[in-house]
Amino acid sequence: MAAKVTPRVRMPATAKAGEIIEVKTLISHEMESGQRKDASGKIIPRHIINKFTATFNGKEILSADWHPAISANPYQSFSVRATESGLFVFSWFDDDGSVYKSEHQVTVS
Amino acid sequence: MKALTSARTRREVLVGAAGFAAIVALPAGPLLASGSEVDELIKKVAGEKKVAEGRISLDLPNIAENGLVVPLNFDVESPMTAEDHVKAVHIFADGNPNPHVADYTFTPLSPKAAAQLRIRLAKTQTITALAVMSNGEIFSTRKEVKVTIGGCGG
Repeated sequence: MAAKVTPRVRMPATAKAGEIIEVKTLISHEMESGQRKDASGKIIPRHIINKFTATFNGKEILSADWHPAISANPYQSFSVRATESGLFVFSWFDDDGSVYKSEHQVTVS
Repeated sequence: MKALTSARTRREVLVGAAGFAAIVALPAGPLLASGSEVDELIKKVAGEKKVAEGRISLDLPNIAENGLVVPLNFDVESPMTAEDHVKAVHIFADGNPNPHVADYTFTPLSPKAAAQLRIRLAKTQTITALAVMSNGEIFSTRKEVKVTIGGCGG
């Protein structure tokens, strides 16, 4: 599964100075809760994305710690402010140690 | 399933019949979180501080047909300046195997202390959201969600 994890982010590439822009994120991930059992009755081990962070030019905007109650293929939207042109980086941290990143340059006019 | 009917209420049987996931989760699953576990989590965040109502709004459906994907929106009233902003938002669910749902940390760079996400709910239960302000004040709100098909186990 891990190989197929693809983050998707939708946000504008340009913005007016000071404008509040909405960011929509989606990442394909099974978010195995550790509660389910397979056909032979064995518990399927937990495997989720446990953390999400959003940064702008290296500074943290927000972060989220996720628990198994987050749905599969986690969707999330939130707001950021475009103060100047710069790089937004969104990162998802997997239980298995992988980090999935998505980078978005926003130009402020 | 017939063997279970005597031990379970009619409602639980109906819920179980509607979703195979629920029937597996109810009798065999681990103990579900109770209200007191959520109280303990709140105490962990708040310590000795008083938790007030208001300022945080929590938007969830009254009835969730599918407990696997329940939309949740939260929004905290705050100017989000360096002096006065929301530091963290915690979301707890008292009827899930693990009452922790998500913990958000905000900085003054966030224009709003708000997010939309999708969560799993094992059964009908109350969701609690807690907002921690930069001056140490804590606000909370609760909302009950009726779940038709549970979202764990199976």
